Amino acid sequence: MAWLDKIKGRKKNESAENEAAATEKVITEPEAASNEEMTEDISSEAEEKRKRGWLDKIRNSLSKTRRNLTDKIEGLVKRTGDIDDDFWEELEDILIQADVGVKTTLELIKNIRSRVKKEGIKEAREVIALLRAEVEAMLAANETETVPAGKPHVILVVGVNGAGKTTSIAKMANKYKNEKQKVLLAAADTYRAAAIDQLQTWADRAGVELIKHNEGSDPGAVVFDAIAAAKARKNDILIIDTAGRLQNKTNLMKEISKVKKIIERELPENQSEVLLVLDAATGQNAISQARLFQEATGISGIILTKLDGTAKGGIVLAIADELKLPVKYVGVGETMDDLREFSSAVFAEALFGE
Amino acid sequence: MAFEGLSDRLQDILKKIRGKGKITEEDVKVAMREVRMALLEADVNFKVVKDFTNKVRERAVGKEVLQSLTPGQQIVKIVHDEMTQLMGGSESKLQMSTRPPTVIMAVGLQGAGKTTTVAKLAKNLIKSGRRPLLAACDIYRPAAIKQLQVLGEQVGVPVFSMGQGDPVNIAKGAVEYSKTNNRDVIILDTAGRLHINEELMDELLQLKAAVNPEEILLVVDAMTGQDAVNIAESFNEKLGLTGIILTKLDGDTRGGAALSVKAVTGCPIKFVGVGEKIDALETFYPDRMASRILGMGDILSLVEKAQANFDEKKAKEMQQKIRSQEFTLEDFLDQMQQVKSMGPLEDLLGMIPGMGKQLKGMKGEIDEKELLHVEAIIKSMTMAERRDPAILNGSRKKRIARGSGTRVQEVNRLLKQFEETKKMMKQLTDMTGKKGKKGMPSIKFPF
Repeated sequence: MAWLDKIKGRKKNESAENEAAATEKVITEPEAASNEEMTEDISSEAEEKRKRGWLDKIRNSLSKTRRNLTDKIEGLVKRTGDIDDDFWEELEDILIQADVGVKTTLELIKNIRSRVKKEGIKEAREVIALLRAEVEAMLAANETETVPAGKPHVILVVGVNGAGKTTSIAKMANKYKNEKQKVLLAAADTYRAAAIDQLQTWADRAGVELIKHNEGSDPGAVVFDAIAAAKARKNDILIIDTAGRLQNKTNLMKEISKVKKIIERELPENQSEVLLVLDAATGQNAISQARLFQEATGISGIILTKLDGTAKGGIVLAIADELKLPVKYVGVGETMDDLREFSSAVFAEALFGE
Repeated sequence: MAFEGLSDRLQDILKKIRGKGKITEEDVKVAMREVRMALLEADVNFKVVKDFTNKVRERAVGKEVLQSLTPGQQIVKIVHDEMTQLMGGSESKLQMSTRPPTVIMAVGLQGAGKTTTVAKLAKNLIKSGRRPLLAACDIYRPAAIKQLQVLGEQVGVPVFSMGQGDPVNIAKGAVEYSKTNNRDVIILDTAGRLHINEELMDELLQLKAAVNPEEILLVVDAMTGQDAVNIAESFNEKLGLTGIILTKLDGDTRGGAALSVKAVTGCPIKFVGVGEKIDALETFYPDRMASRILGMGDILSLVEKAQANFDEKKAKEMQQKIRSQEFTLEDFLDQMQQVKSMGPLEDLLGMIPGMGKQLKGMKGEIDEKELLHVEAIIKSMTMAERRDPAILNGSRKKRIARGSGTRVQEVNRLLKQFEETKKMMKQLTDMTGKKGKKGMPSIKFPF
């Protein structure tokens, strides 16, 4: 296992650096918000820089997964050279270990195998490129562009306990605010102790308004009020935080369906979004989460959180394959601007690129 | 319930060989291949799966097994044994310091459920006669301290906090506080952190050095995938864990993490979180869990649940009443409520051997609604009617149906059910009464 330790050592150094940078950011962040009034030139340059920074950040976040995946595959390629049954079996094992899931793994392998046969590929090395292409295609198949229609554009955020809903909402609020959108938050997690305070703290930091009721009140009522407020205040975007719920709790799922219905009733013209927040370290249970939330509220996209910590994240592929849901955002760190728009090309590049 | 998916798969596979009179090595091989797939789909760690299937196969193809009269049964037993071993053999209790206060440290990733779990743990300790103190060492997440304070109030345990100060000082302060305020267990709620975050991991190390905890418990989300073992390994290497708490086991996760962490780190699973309520923390019993996964039921837990929730004196009174035919609708309602207090019916029935699979078709709240109707009907009766249902005539029944929002037919059905239950219970108590079995918990279900 010496190679594993080596990788761990490397990663540790890297992450320490990242973390140091990240903690600094927390402190300087309010300043950044007040420095909005910059001249065009500088801001576009900064924009450029920021974009490059994004790619690096995603690459860094995925570095654990990448090493886990590509190092193993490359090791396999070096050892075997030929493409035989053992090779396929080992490749299968590697993908399963990355949380890709048995079904999706078999699907991927089947596709690659048939292409290998058709294109007469003999070298194991070339399989990596095929795998990357397949992964990208699988992810890209569901990508959609949401164009906010009507004001306010409502984003309902749902997920199981501890997935990172509140933090993701803070990050989204910050992002939209920076894009000069008028954002309103709604604290419809009235169940968990201090959830409202947590969101309030984030709202203050991002400098956006929050509609809240008391702990224990009806989430539907909060949402109703928030929509009325958003209409009156002419907000562009309304983001709703909901309580974490395990997808097999029938009553809690009914509650969230009701919230969704209230949104549809109050804003029949607008196309609202429902984002499912998913912890990247989740295993195959994510499929069940996506499926049952899909049934309860319909899902327009996924926010994949804590991608900086996991060596896996392969679950994204399983979800893309089995449920055809697009990933909208990825959370890659602890600070307010550590939320990235998902791109299958970048993701595949980060996974398999050099 | 957790493990459901895995449980179904394994039961199907084992059913195929269970009844066979003759089993070949090839049969075992095929079955193990299927078991392997089932475990992988349940997020059991890759290496653990390999070891597990190898061990079972080795034992199963031995002469004694294949040539025995019931080879299928034997193999099921081997799977059960190995699974129990995998999850730690027997239950593992909390280690208490001989010189109080005992310090317990809860660590883990963000969102694993640490704060909720420490509050549940405090509640659990109160039940066993301890005087716990919660210490808020999560200084990073917004409102984490507030959350702990609210939960502390709910369970009736003081919470020590020093705002956003240094966690090490907070922990030390909590120890001092406990000495002057007669608290014998301190539970530290630490901030969630990634296992690869060197700086924050060092903070935990400093905490450990400062207060020398008896227990360092890793809180792990049961839904975690293949990474669960890496997380547990990293925390263990750095801190030396003494145990694991699995959370969110009330979800429909296949629970592979549970089957893996013990095997990889050697740290026993001490508790499992099984619900949103503050007392939904249970001791983890590997053998019982293995039985549940393999659909053999878990009668022991059921009995314990019943004992914890049933009032001994009341039960005796009830028995007396039944024997002397004094059992009324009032008692019927009372019993029903007692059963309800044991938790969701679905979970209870799942613990009865052979019931797990049958329940599958009745997804959701089985009968829970019907129970509500029954409750409403009885509550719509006058006291006299409850004591003597014989006085119920047509107009009374109509009134009751209207009052409870049901129909007369439903009222009639309930009355019939009640009579039958009464008869059945009479027979039951007569039977046990004659045999004179003492010390048996008398559980009676009103349906």
